[in-house]
Amino acid sequence: MNQSDFLKAVLPFKDKVFRLAKRLLVSTEEAEDATQELYFKLWRNKEKLSNYKNVEAFAMTMTKNYCFDRLKSKQASNLTLVHSNYKEKETSLDKKVENNDTVNQVHKLIEKLPEQQKIIIQLRDIEQYDFDEICKMVDMKPTAVRVALSRARKTIRQELIKQHNYGVS
Amino acid sequence: MELANIEKLLEKYLNAETSLQEEQILQDYFTSNNVASHLQDYSVMFSYFKQSKDETFTKTIQLKPEKNRKSWKWASVAASVVLLFSVFIGKQKYDEHVQRQQFAQIKEALQMVSSNLNRGNEALYSVSNNLNKGNNAVAQLYTYENTVNKVLNKIN
Repeated sequence: MNQSDFLKAVLPFKDKVFRLAKRLLVSTEEAEDATQELYFKLWRNKEKLSNYKNVEAFAMTMTKNYCFDRLKSKQASNLTLVHSNYKEKETSLDKKVENNDTVNQVHKLIEKLPEQQKIIIQLRDIEQYDFDEICKMVDMKPTAVRVALSRARKTIRQELIKQHNYGVS
Repeated sequence: MELANIEKLLEKYLNAETSLQEEQILQDYFTSNNVASHLQDYSVMFSYFKQSKDETFTKTIQLKPEKNRKSWKWASVAASVVLLFSVFIGKQKYDEHVQRQQFAQIKEALQMVSSNLNRGNEALYSVSNNLNKGNNAVAQLYTYENTVNKVLNKIN
């Protein structure tokens, strides 16, 4: 596999890798480093890539594992995990985005979820992978994935209603 | 899409039973401008999901690790070796210094002892001189007594 073949195979999902890394590591810089690191790893293992039917799923699994390692390692614990550098991109959803804080709330709610649910919400509701792919990526049974996803969705919704009722939003 | 239908889909959505197509319908509905007022909370959620997908990785991906990082690693290894070495040498020098100091102190103490010993010797010498003088004087006294006795014998 030469460089251009490799890039053709792996570049399409670089944003997904980045977003998953950012979901888990919170800071943009950390997520960028993680993405870069992941691509080194893929490039080093380029000979093996053709053995995988679904390179993208394989890459997402690697991203997940790498981020967990980072979170466990001392290095990451020295970094303060803040979301101050979370930037909202301008989108066409003018009306919805005019209240940026409310949308940011969802971000914070997801941040509070357990890691497993965070990943699944990210993969399903944001990246819109189908269940088969998600099962492969997180190495879980379909029912377990659905349970986790359902829990995550319900938690977010409940928290939103709670905040809404308190008049926080 | 009718409201009743949306509510049914939402129920399924919360139980994680919706298909991707159904979720797309929900997202389209909740990011539109005519969301039923009692479902506003969901539109926050779906807007966030839609918006999050727009974030992209803007840096260029490099396939070869930066040399910088490696050289930094090596530099740190080298630096720690130098540090260790200098600490080792420093410790040796310090020990030597301490030993020298101790040696000097001992030397001084010994010198003091020897000078005091010399003084003691001198004192002893002077005592012995005086003793000799005393002895001479006593000897003179003996000779004097002898002559006095001789004279007394002659007279008697």
